[in-house]
This record gives sequence, C-alpha cells and structure tokens, in this order.
Amino acid sequence: MTEYIAKRLLQALLVLAVMTVLVFFGVNVIGNPVYIFASSECDQPCLDKIITDLGLDRPIWEQYWVFVGNLLQGDLGNSFTHGVPAMSLIWERLPATLELAVCALVIALAVGLPLGVAAGLRPTHWTSRIIMGFSMLAFSVPVFWIGLIMIIVFSVTLGWMPAVGRGDTVEILGVDLSLFTLDGLHHLAMPAFTLSLIMMAMVIRLTRAGMREVLFSDYIRFARANGIRESRILSLHVMRNILIPIVTVLGMEFGGVIAFAVVVESIFSWPGVGKMLIDAIAVLDRPLIVAYLIFVVIMFVALNLLTDILYSVLDPRVRLGGAR
Amino acid sequence: MSGAMAHAAPPPGVWRAFLRSPAAVAALAVFSAFCVVAVIGPWIAPQNPYDLAQVDIMDSLLPPGSESWTGMPYYLGTDGQGRDMLSAMIYGIRISLLVGLASGIIALAVGTIVGLVAAYRGGWVDTVLMRIVDLQLSFPTILVALILLVILGRGVDKIIFALVVVQWAYFARTVRGVALVESAREYVDAARGLRLGALRILFGHILPNCLPTMLVVATMQMAAAISLEATLSFLGLGLPPTRPSLGLLIANGFDYLQSGRYWISVLPGLVLLAIIVSANVLGDRLRDTLNPHL
Amino acid sequence: MRYQMSWLLAGGLVVTGPAVAVAQDVLTIGVRSEAASMDPHWTQLSGDTQVQEHIFERLVGLSPTSQPIPGLAVSWEPIDETTWEFKLREGVKWHDGEDFTADDVIFTYDRLRAGVSGAPASPAFQLEKGGKQWMKVDDYTVHITTDGPYPTMAEDLAMLPIIAEHAASGAEPSVDFNTGAAAIGTGPYMFEEYSPGSQITVKAFNDYWGGEPHWDQVVFRPVGQDSAHLAALLNGDVDMIDYPPTIDIPQIVENPDFTVSTIPADRLIYIIPGNKHVEPFITDVDGAPMMPNPLRDWRVRKALSLAINREAIRDRIMGGASLPAKNIVPPGFFGYVEELEADPYDPEQAQALLAEAGYGDGFNITLHGPNDRYINDQRILEAVAQMWSRVGLPTEVDAMPRNVFFSRLIRGDELSMPGFDVPEFSIALTGWGTVAGEATYTVSGTLETYNAATGGGNGNFGRYSNAEVDARSVRAKRTIDNDERRAILEEAITIGMEDYAYIPIHFQVNQWAMKSNLEHEPRTNERTRAMDVRRVD
Repeated sequence: MTEYIAKRLLQALLVLAVMTVLVFFGVNVIGNPVYIFASSECDQPCLDKIITDLGLDRPIWEQYWVFVGNLLQGDLGNSFTHGVPAMSLIWERLPATLELAVCALVIALAVGLPLGVAAGLRPTHWTSRIIMGFSMLAFSVPVFWIGLIMIIVFSVTLGWMPAVGRGDTVEILGVDLSLFTLDGLHHLAMPAFTLSLIMMAMVIRLTRAGMREVLFSDYIRFARANGIRESRILSLHVMRNILIPIVTVLGMEFGGVIAFAVVVESIFSWPGVGKMLIDAIAVLDRPLIVAYLIFVVIMFVALNLLTDILYSVLDPRVRLGGAR
Repeated sequence: MSGAMAHAAPPPGVWRAFLRSPAAVAALAVFSAFCVVAVIGPWIAPQNPYDLAQVDIMDSLLPPGSESWTGMPYYLGTDGQGRDMLSAMIYGIRISLLVGLASGIIALAVGTIVGLVAAYRGGWVDTVLMRIVDLQLSFPTILVALILLVILGRGVDKIIFALVVVQWAYFARTVRGVALVESAREYVDAARGLRLGALRILFGHILPNCLPTMLVVATMQMAAAISLEATLSFLGLGLPPTRPSLGLLIANGFDYLQSGRYWISVLPGLVLLAIIVSANVLGDRLRDTLNPHL
Repeated sequence: MRYQMSWLLAGGLVVTGPAVAVAQDVLTIGVRSEAASMDPHWTQLSGDTQVQEHIFERLVGLSPTSQPIPGLAVSWEPIDETTWEFKLREGVKWHDGEDFTADDVIFTYDRLRAGVSGAPASPAFQLEKGGKQWMKVDDYTVHITTDGPYPTMAEDLAMLPIIAEHAASGAEPSVDFNTGAAAIGTGPYMFEEYSPGSQITVKAFNDYWGGEPHWDQVVFRPVGQDSAHLAALLNGDVDMIDYPPTIDIPQIVENPDFTVSTIPADRLIYIIPGNKHVEPFITDVDGAPMMPNPLRDWRVRKALSLAINREAIRDRIMGGASLPAKNIVPPGFFGYVEELEADPYDPEQAQALLAEAGYGDGFNITLHGPNDRYINDQRILEAVAQMWSRVGLPTEVDAMPRNVFFSRLIRGDELSMPGFDVPEFSIALTGWGTVAGEATYTVSGTLETYNAATGGGNGNFGRYSNAEVDARSVRAKRTIDNDERRAILEEAITIGMEDYAYIPIHFQVNQWAMKSNLEHEPRTNERTRAMDVRRVD
C-alpha cells in the first residue's frame, strides 16, 4: 500500500517536472514582450535596459534554474504587466472562476436532473424525444456561439441582462463573492448558464441511462410488487442509485469546466483566471502564463493522484494491478 | 483467416437498424451533403474568396439578395471585406471539415498503433503507454490545444497538430480496450499457434474487429474537433484570418451583430451547428446499432 | 445550512445598501484595456497612463492636441545653450496634505535614473535623451542641463509623472502603488481601490490646485474590445466607453440617448516598404526572389500608394472615422506640412508607373501586419491587398497578433544580433504615435537612417536611407529656435514623403461613445480622462 502510494507520488512528481520544462521552454519560444511595453520612442539603450530588467538577457537555462528554484519556494515570479507576484493574481481571481463554475454545476444539475428523470420514465413519449433532442443540441452547440447569441438577444435586443463583467461583490470569509447580491446574480446568470450547457447535456443523458437501468432492476420490481408508492421508489431508491455515477462523472469533469471557463470568461469579460490567461497571452506576460499553466498542472496532477489513491484504498485490485 | 474476416464484417441487419431512425437518416443526409459541398466547393462557389482581386471592399456589408456593381448576385450577402458570404461559407466548410477529418484520421492512426502495441505487448510497455494516455486524458482538451497554439502560432498544419495531440489518447485507450478483449479470443490463439507474425495478427485479425468501435469514437471525435477548432479560431488562436474557417467567420461577424447585420455571423453559425449536430447524431446512432461497449 | 445562506444573503443586502443610498456623482468608464499597475513609472501603455494621470501630474501638461502647457511647472525657458530653468507651481498639496517641492522632482528623476526594478517599460529613457542632468536651485526652481542644445525638453518632461518623496521613497515598485500606500499624487483624483480585472476607482481630491473636480468618484471598468463592450454602454453598465466599434458609430449617433466625441489621433497608420537588396516576401510571377528589389524604385512605391483607395478604407472600414494622409503628424501638430495632401486613388497611373519601372507583368507581395493593435488593422490589410491585387500585384496578407508581429517586424531576420536589428518583413503595415505633439522624434525615428548607437531610425523598419533627410533630422534635434526647427522639419518631411520613404494611409480618429447627458473634450493622444468629461443636464 505505502509502496503503491509512494510510486504514484513519484510518478506525479516526474510529470510535474516534465511539465515545468515543457511549459517554461514553450512559453519562452514565443514572441518578444519587450516591444509591447516599449513606447515608439524607446531607442536601443532603452530597449536593452528593459531586456536586462526583465532578466531576458541571461541564458535560457539560467532563467529556467532560477524559475525552478523559485517554484520550489512557491514563488512563480512577478507578472511583467502588473509587477506583483503572479500567484497572488491567480488567488485573487480564482474565486470568480470557481463561483462561475460552481454555479454552472448547480444549474446543470437543477435543470438536467428533472429533465433526465422525465426522459427516463417515459422514454418513448414525445416529451422525452424533445428532451433528448435538446441534450444533443446543448452538447453540440459551441459554447462561444451560444454566448454571443445570448448577449445579442438578452443584452442588446431586449436589454434585460448586463453583457459584461461581474456585479457587486460581498466579502464572505475573506473571499469576494457576487452570488449574494442582486446585481451580482444578474451579472452571473448568462455566463453561468452558458457554461452549464455541456454539463447539463451530460447530466440529462446520464440520468436517463441510469433511470432505465435502475427501473428494470430486480429490487425496484420487488419494491413495486410490495406496493411501495411510486414517488417514494423514485425519490429514495432510484435517485440514490443514479446519483452516484453522476456525481463521479461531474467531479471528474469539473476541471474541464474550469478550463472551458476560459472561453466563457473572455466572451463575458468575467474577471476570472481564464480571462486573465487570455489577457496575459495578448501582452505576452510570460510569468503569468507560466504561473497559470503550472497552477493548472499542479491542480490536475493532485486531483488525479488523490483519485488514484482513493481508488486503491477502496478497491485493492487496482493496487495489485499497479504492483504487477 | 476467413473466420476472422467474417467476424470483422458488421452483423447483418446493422445497416437496416441504422436506417430505422429518421433522425439518423436525416443526419447522414445533411452530413453527406456538407461533405459533397466541401469537395466540389471550388466549382460551385460563385467567387473565390481567397483571390483578393475578386473581392471588392466597395461591396462590403451588403444584405442577402443584393447585387454587386457588376451585377453579380450575392445570395447570402457579403461580409465586412466585400466577400460573398455563400462562397466564404463553402470554403469555410471545406476548411472546417478538412481540419476535423485530417486531425481525426491522423489521431486515429497514432492512437490505433499505440493501443494495439500496448494491448499486444502488455507488461511495462502497456503500463508506460497507458500512463501517458491517462495523463493526456486528465487534462481538458481545450487547455492543451490552447497552450499548443500559443506556442506554435497559427496555421492549418498547427491546428491539425494540436487537435491530433488532444485526440490520439481517446483512440489509444479505446483500441487497447477492444484489442485486449479480442486477443483473448480463440482465433488469436489459433493464429498464434499457426506461428503467424505479430504484425499480421495485429493488423489482420485484431484490428478489423476494433473497427466498429473506432468508427463510433471517430465520428464523435470529429464533431468535437470541429467545435474545438471553431472555438480556438474564435479566441484568435486557430487559423489565419485570410483563410477563414466557420469559427473565424462567426468571430468576424460578431462585430456586425449589433448593427443588425446578422447574416455574417448567424449563417455560418447555423452551418457549424448543423455539421456538429449531424455528426453527433450519426455517432449516437452508430453506437446504438453497432453496440460496442464504450 | 439553508439558514446560514439566508443570513449571508441578508448580510449582502445590508452591505450594498448604503452605497446606493448616498447620492454621489459617479462616472463609470468602460475601457478597452485596463491599467496593469498604479506605479506611473512601470509602463507607458496608454491603458496604464490614462488612469495614473488622474492621480499623478507632470511638470509639463499636454493640451488636448498634445501641445505643452503648464502642469506642476508654471513656466520654463532656456537660460543658456544647455540649461533649461523650470519654475514650479507653489501651494500644491499632495493627497496626504504635504507640500509639493523641488525635492519631489529630484526624487522622481533620481528614482527613474536608478532604475525601477522589474518595470517592463519605465519612461526613464526620456531622461537619457540629450544626457539630462538635474539640480534643485531652490524649493520652486529646477535646472536641467544637457550635452548640447536641446529643444524638446518640455515634451520629454511631459512624459514623466512626479511622485511624492515622502510616500514613495523605499516603496516596492508597483506593489506598494497598487495597494495605494505609495499612490500619493497631486492630481485631481485620489487612489481609492485597485482590483485588477474588475475595476479601478479614484475619488475627488477637493484640495486640488486646479479647483474641485467634477466627479465625486470615477470608476474604470475593463470591458474588452469587441462589440460586447458597446453592449455595456447600451444597457447602462457604464457611462462611457473608449474605442466604440467603428461599424456601430452611425447607430450610436442616431440614438438620442447617446453621443460620440471625435478628434484626429496622433497615430499615423502606414505601410513600410523594405529596402534590402533582396526581399523574401517579394517574388516574381514564377515565385522566384527578385533582384533588384522592386521596392527600392520610388516609382514602384508611388504606384503602391496611388493604387490605395483611402476614401474607400475610410468609408467602408473606418465608418468615416479616419483622415487620409501624406503627412507624418496630424493637423495642429508642430511639423504638420500644409502642402502634403493624401495621394488620390489612381489605379491607371499606378499601372503606368509600374510599366515604366519595368514591372508591367507585376510581382507577388506578402503584406504583413498586426491584427489586434490598431483600429481595424486587419481589415485595412485585406483591403490594401485587394487594391494591389487589382492593379496586377497579387498580394497575400499575413496578419498576426501584436506580440508576434512586433518582434518579427523589428528584428525577425536571422541576421539580427544584439545592437544590430534586421527586420524580417518585406512590406508591412504599422503605426506611429507622435505622443509629444512635436515632429522632431517622429522624423528621427521613422525617416532617419537606422543607427542603434544614436537611436536614429529606431522605428525605420524598412531601412530607408536618405542623406538629405538625415542631415536635416540631426540638425533639427539641435535647434532650439522654434521657427527655424519647424522649417527644417518640414523640409525633411517633404523630402522623405515625396520619395515615398513609406506609404501613409491615414491618421486614426479617436472616438468615444457616451450617454447624451455627458460632454467630453477628446484628446489626440487617446487618453480617456474624467477631467475632460462633465455632466450637461
């Protein structure tokens, strides 16, 4: 057991090391940030000074070792543009992204579950055909396109919804959240809904599939035969059984949602980490790009490691297979 | 040998079962129509939108049904550069499908080889390859593609490369799964007993039996790839703007939506949607009829 | 759990309540790019400086058309060949109540010369130009000396925001300014809140030497640059936006609830032909490199200019908002040449000139340019490519994001080495903003022969070289007398532009869209400032 975990930990560290090399060198190949900051009147000595200040005159290997050394101390460098630690910018903006992603998740469940149950109960009825058609559409439609259409319809044409930005925020437990103000909710609605669509489609399909499987299982037939009310069967037995796979899949997909927030945030100018990444790419703020990527890599590697270890605790076969 | 081949052919009635769904038939028709348009595009498009000498800025932003000053009709209007929207969309379909198909086929090839090798060799080869696959799959596709394009820059070849990188692992994992099941079967043992070469067993016997599953995965992956390409182009990271794909046409048209010039963005958007939905419906139906265990 | 939620909800409403209740004059500005730092010596990005200008002032201010006006200095004059004397304004208070004196000026310039650690683009190089040295004479007098006669002293100092010695000494660059601790200025507004990505807020400084500001509070909110940011104005999220999409201008003008302000910008958009002996992106009809490079023939350059329909670009792409040009600085600027008029659209003559130069069969061009830097840059590129293709020069466009474009434009060729840049592109579209309102450094930067040591031609990416222009440019940089310098500059510009050193397209026109109860005095230098906006209902 300990050996297995140690092995997986080692693998995770190896992955991290490879990723830092890839990310750091990849980002250092592109563009040249100096010319974005220099004014048109900046002459050669002025350019050289900028290069020295940014540390770009040192050999790339040296820059990398400095980077790794700092990384080990939890320091991913200062953003070129903001001059403050890149990690602090990420922490500052992460709540906005998490808020968006969690709301999208909630919307996906709130809409997807009932629809999926309805479609599963009467699979041949015309309503379930419409529901499945909707889920196919929601699954297919590109997120950016639906976002644009929503802005055009609800913000421009009807004027009901704010098009961009985050509303008023309230500080709760040291974190700024917009979820608890009316203005905040107003701003949150469209981006969260847009982001929720893909997950919603997934929830509908999983629920429907789960429903059909469970409804025909022996113990439900048994329950029915024993005269237990249909609503009780549904709420207690069926739901409990279909929720497990749904929660598992959504948990795994949550990282993907945070990644897709890049698209939604840039359409709705939502001040989260995704928008920050796109902005950083535009001005080639290398430390910030690298910090974001490293942050995401660490997040995913840690999540995977955790899942693997949990599985191995729950299911000894994995452990044995891994030690083969 | 003949036994293996019989095994590879779809069970009789699959085609009939497939045709039983009107939605699937419609999707097949729509998707085929787009493929035909993509192939014969240059001969049916009224204008070559890439030949700048044919595009006139003075004809910009004309609504559908207008005429150019030379009398050429613009059935679907023009965009901000005076490009005929119908022609631009036909060429856009070409690019989107090309990117989707090319990346799908290359990823399929790479993934198949990796999957077969992993399944056949087993042992540490299998372990290492599947760790890489797991790692690849644990990162969201959009993020990986985005990073690659930031590093590589724009271009058809680059986006195809990025899409291959995000897709191959799906194929590898699927093929390995199917191949593991297949290689446990008697006919493979029989083939081994006959001292047939590893390659021959892999490609002659195991591979044909993976085909139905791969067809389903490939169809779904292509829809995802086309959608991803459009998204990246929209973010300004995909294709060069002079050779617009559907995603880029939509992005360009976004600037004109507020002033009521819907046709520049909405029409290519609908076409994109139709392609992706039809591909997904096809994949769905194929899965139901071929019933591979995914 | 549910109980706790509703409690939080109630708490939220209580918190937001008072902010709504107090009647305040608040101006909310939607900006295309947000300020990255509140340290005024951090970068010179216009998105940064426009916000910092509310808090910090310079010795020399700039009028709406970028001409020098008194700022923290009330007057300045040369007292000998190499010394300028600046008289400072008395009775100016810092936001924390301290007095402003010459010590702060000396502190600021010393900080810049010592280098602002980590700053990507501090304006310190303005102090290196002419080898400036500074000296406090008394509390309200500063002397600045140079190596030789130096005419554009006021223009240079207009780029250097003054910070407070007592607040900023020992402060960590950028970080301490972003928290507000060191962001103590003399300007009409005080730092209030800086939350990047969301909003930046400043509030009125009622002891401002120029009188009480118009607004109690000003909020800058980043709204992106596509048409979503117009939506932010239309549905009332913000009161005003910069860079409204040109395509939507007619619609905004027609709408009685909104209005648009307009002024020609200091930014010239132009095309730079390359002067290398062989250019990689110019090929003959068979696709082979051409020797000699046709762009070295001025008739070819003139033909390229005549083939461009600048009115069509203005009307079809820029929504009427551009100023077709042959000048290098806009009207009203020092160095504007009245006689230089934009070339007419004359494809026949263009073809005749090409034939005369021996290129009747045409050649292939790849035109490079940015796609996210200038207003409608990519659409201009495509339109120019259309027009050139039509006179028999098949043209391809290669547009790229600015972060890739500029490094390739400046030193993309593999022959580049430190101190010697070789541009990559054969012909490219770019822009030049004459920030100082004065043409000396525009001539030196774009027309003079490239010389990394002197800084001449640092924006001359076609490597154009003309001894007659060089002589005049060098002389202008040493001529203090305004009339004399103006005459020299006008000669240099006329010679260069008649030789088609580059092919000007137009001056951008700056536009702002706002609610119709606001009145805005626009500025040529693209800055969006609350000082220029007042309520008129």
